[in-house]
Amino acid sequence: MSLTAKDKSVVKAFWGKVSGKADVVGAEALGRMLTAYPQTKTYFSKWADLSPGSDPVKKHGAVIMGAIGNAVGLMDNLVGGLSALSDLHAFTLRVDPGNFKILSHNILVTLAIHFPRDFTPEVHIAVDKFLAALSAALADKYR
Amino acid sequence: MVQWTDFERQTIQSIFGKMDYDDVGPAALSRCLIVYPWTQRYFGNFGNLSNAAAIQGNPKVAAHGKTVLQGLVLAVKNMDNIKATFTELSVLHSEKLRVDPDNFRLLADCLTIVVAARMGAAFTADVQGAFQKFLAIVVCSLCRQYH
Repeated sequence: MSLTAKDKSVVKAFWGKVSGKADVVGAEALGRMLTAYPQTKTYFSKWADLSPGSDPVKKHGAVIMGAIGNAVGLMDNLVGGLSALSDLHAFTLRVDPGNFKILSHNILVTLAIHFPRDFTPEVHIAVDKFLAALSAALADKYR
Repeated sequence: MVQWTDFERQTIQSIFGKMDYDDVGPAALSRCLIVYPWTQRYFGNFGNLSNAAAIQGNPKVAAHGKTVLQGLVLAVKNMDNIKATFTELSVLHSEKLRVDPDNFRLLADCLTIVVAARMGAAFTADVQGAFQKFLAIVVCSLCRQYH
């Protein structure tokens, strides 16, 4: 399910609209994931407050969305471009890669809420494919 | 036996009470057929599914989307007994329709996204959790008779 030229241009165009709200989207997606999929909280035991809208969730949501925004510009070589982040997730964070799909789903839900008119099925499929390719690149170094 | 909190019960009743079934059903099914095109394998006799516009304008897709949503409404009316309520539907999907159960999850995800877009900020993280729990139980009940 590789990214076609059309997928890439759809993602880039849509991300032009998203980037202004990236921090908000990231924070909300992370908050939704921690609430609706409580098993994901196991990775954040160091945070005092895991509720949506809390400071650590807002801050970390922004970090994640920032990295995803960078990846939009790296779509021609996600594995190469995300190599360092893959090392981090594989050897330090050791996040089970199944969780990338869960977070991706929550990003899609958040995008649908904030961009109800722009998040058409055509945009949905392109962004879903992009997030899947990104997740695969992030898992590249795991074994 | 599923345990529902008061919040979860009220949330599910409220969402479906306010929902426009004729809008949400077709929107969810067409989105599923577009975003996960391999799901089209079950709709060979639905006519033109060749692109997103065709799918969204296809009257058979719309009609079937409404049918699927009516199935969900049945679960909403029988929240304490979804497993038994769906026994026949599960046999139907397994024996006659031969639908790979992974597809139920794909449709459930599309439905979540459609409902989220309609409800906006009212679709809070807690509401999402309740809605997804409900859908997970429906999916599980549909899978139950597969063997």
